Amino acid sequence: MTIAVSSTGKTLDSQMDLRFGRAACFVFVDADTLAFEALDNAALAASGGAGISAAQAVADRGASVVITGNVGPNAMSVLTAAGIAIVRGEAITVRENVARYLAGSLTTIDQTVPPHSGMGGGGRGR
Amino acid sequence: MTLAILSGKGGTGKTTVAASLAVALEQAQYVDCDVEEPNGALLLSPRVAFSEPVEVLVPTVDPDRCNGCGSCATACRYHAIAVVRRKPILFPTVCHHCGACRIACPTRAISEIPRRIGVVEGDAEGRFLQGRMDIGEPIPIPILRELKRRMARDRTVLLDCPPGASCAVVQSISDVDACLLVTEPTPFGLHDLAIAVGLVRKMGIPFAVVVNKAIEGETELAAYCRKEGIPILLEIPYSRAIAERYSRGLLPVHGDEAWIGRFRTLYDDLQKQVLEDGAAAFRTAPKPGSAVPGRAEA
Repeated sequence: MTIAVSSTGKTLDSQMDLRFGRAACFVFVDADTLAFEALDNAALAASGGAGISAAQAVADRGASVVITGNVGPNAMSVLTAAGIAIVRGEAITVRENVARYLAGSLTTIDQTVPPHSGMGGGGRGR
Repeated sequence: MTLAILSGKGGTGKTTVAASLAVALEQAQYVDCDVEEPNGALLLSPRVAFSEPVEVLVPTVDPDRCNGCGSCATACRYHAIAVVRRKPILFPTVCHHCGACRIACPTRAISEIPRRIGVVEGDAEGRFLQGRMDIGEPIPIPILRELKRRMARDRTVLLDCPPGASCAVVQSISDVDACLLVTEPTPFGLHDLAIAVGLVRKMGIPFAVVVNKAIEGETELAAYCRKEGIPILLEIPYSRAIAERYSRGLLPVHGDEAWIGRFRTLYDDLQKQVLEDGAAAFRTAPKPGSAVPGRAEA
């Protein structure tokens, strides 16, 4: 089982990024071995559709769980259609979040945040 | 002359100035380009004679033809399509209507269907035109394009622009003859004016400034305009009387010959100073310390 964690850096000891679509990176962790691979989030600088694009990338890499802070409505649609579980982590390391998930102490995210929440400045620019 | 009225900062009085010009210049056409929240009609009370939908083309997928290859999602520059478990998911409001997905699809499963995003409305006399975007729609550009396509060619056109300096403003002021930048003597007004000035200079459009809620004495705004060689063609005073009339839907020009005269003079001055005398000077920033042609030294 592969767990995708939105992350501010590319190691297990990087802090989780609370944003999903606008996360800096994604760390893909093998739940059994804790072997991991990190990727820059290509959607970070997208002008729009960042959540959709990030969700597509996570789905394409075969993740079955996403650990993140907040998910927007479009990303939620894609992740749900891909059958990926979405759970709420905290702004601690990727490693600790994965451990907590495996211990069963993280809860499912079933509510989305408004679009563009991860863009800073309180939403959409004009 | 096609004249765009913009500001950078919202709430400085774009609509007050644009609608006042529309009243003062009897044959001019007023076009409300602030399609997210058009409000010129509140002040001009036009008799709207037509309301026509503006539609864009968005993709639809024939599930019998789609093989789930994901070429459409890869082609979409705007991430409006995801393909997971070999099934496409479409996000019509994210779509920018470019048609790349249809071209990219190897099985011709994608076709395009119209989707309404708002309306354009106007009166029978051709003096009033406005766009209204439907609630929840994020992209105003096709509505602005439709307004520009329909605007009058045989008379003065006044484009009341949206606030800011982003795509919608760029689309509104493309191909206009001149811009009026409406601002107010506040730090926010000046900050956003400077952004709008940068935009119109970059686009090479002659422009001048109108100060609304103007106060007595020296201001940072006046100093900025002097330094940049930008003419201030009209000042509308900070006045309780003007605000009270505005709250009842009345413009300074309504029933006031003096204000009608000032707005006519504003238009004439703009045409003369910006278009004839000093167009070159106002298109680009003056060199430091150099005098600005067409403008007397202070």
